[in-house]
Amino acid sequence: MKQLCLRIVLLIGLAVSGPSLAAIDTYEFDDEQTRERFYLLSDELRCPKCQNQSLGDSNSPIATDLRREVYRLLNEGKTDRQIKDYLVARYGEYILYRPELSGHTLMLWLAPLLLLVIGLVVVLILVKRRRATPAAGNLDVDEQQRLKTLLNDSETSTDEESGKRD
Amino acid sequence: MKRAYLFVPLIFFIALVVLFARGLKLDPTEMPSALLDQSVPEFNLPSLASEQRLLTRADLIGQVSLINVWGTWCPSCMHEHPYLMKLANQVPIIGVNYKDVRVDANQWLQKLGNPYVINVFDEKGTLGIDLGVFGAPETYVIDRQGMVRYKHVGVVNERVWQERLKPVVDRLRGEG
Repeated sequence: MKQLCLRIVLLIGLAVSGPSLAAIDTYEFDDEQTRERFYLLSDELRCPKCQNQSLGDSNSPIATDLRREVYRLLNEGKTDRQIKDYLVARYGEYILYRPELSGHTLMLWLAPLLLLVIGLVVVLILVKRRRATPAAGNLDVDEQQRLKTLLNDSETSTDEESGKRD
Repeated sequence: MKRAYLFVPLIFFIALVVLFARGLKLDPTEMPSALLDQSVPEFNLPSLASEQRLLTRADLIGQVSLINVWGTWCPSCMHEHPYLMKLANQVPIIGVNYKDVRVDANQWLQKLGNPYVINVFDEKGTLGIDLGVFGAPETYVIDRQGMVRYKHVGVVNERVWQERLKPVVDRLRGEG
């Protein structure tokens, strides 16, 4: 029992501890704000070598170099915008995990919205159509009469057939 | 007319298949250089052969040539090296010895041969960052004015030279 408790506690601990930055450097920051900015930037910039990792996440040599570069630029008092521009000038827009809104990224930004609108329109059309088609319950008198005769006909015909077989 | 609507999902599906099939063939490592049609960056670094000799951008330009980023720590560079030896008599190759140890790099050249007309010793990778290098080997084609005109990421071999680099080099030489 005691062991089970321990296991559960350990599992909870494992679940609660969030993802930590894989790469560990020792950088000293002048203030807490700069540290925040450094982590935000290394999270938003993409490692050019290991394509699905951020700079902060990657252990590759180039990611280490670029983190050092970001740190250097931060200490020089550059703004986030300037740091991003500096890296884009060298590595291309590819390095931004959140690309700028511009002519050739317009589709990327607008596509989700566009798809949502298309989806809504399709749903609306379908709902409207379903309302327009009469449901089985609201037949008029004539139609109900016809339905009855049709059903009776088929019943008697099956009876006849089964009767023949006997 | 109603029946035509039934084909909409099929058409949608085929369009997706075409899109994904194309996506499979694209090489995600093939990124256009941000430096394309821009000048080779300014730098001030020692040559690999001698610590005393400082090189700048001006030492590299003047001819249509290749800039090859390499290092002894890079297995693909070892693989690429024999082909560079062959290529050296067709086009000047400028080496950027990227994040390497000077002694190791010089030993490598002595042992395996030196295809480079000149070698920049970029110990810290600063020129590398300015060039937008993210691994080695990488090869750039530069024109006479020192503009980057093409970038190839990965090993240069006979096929890459014939199909990608040589056409660019020939065109630049023709431009006069």
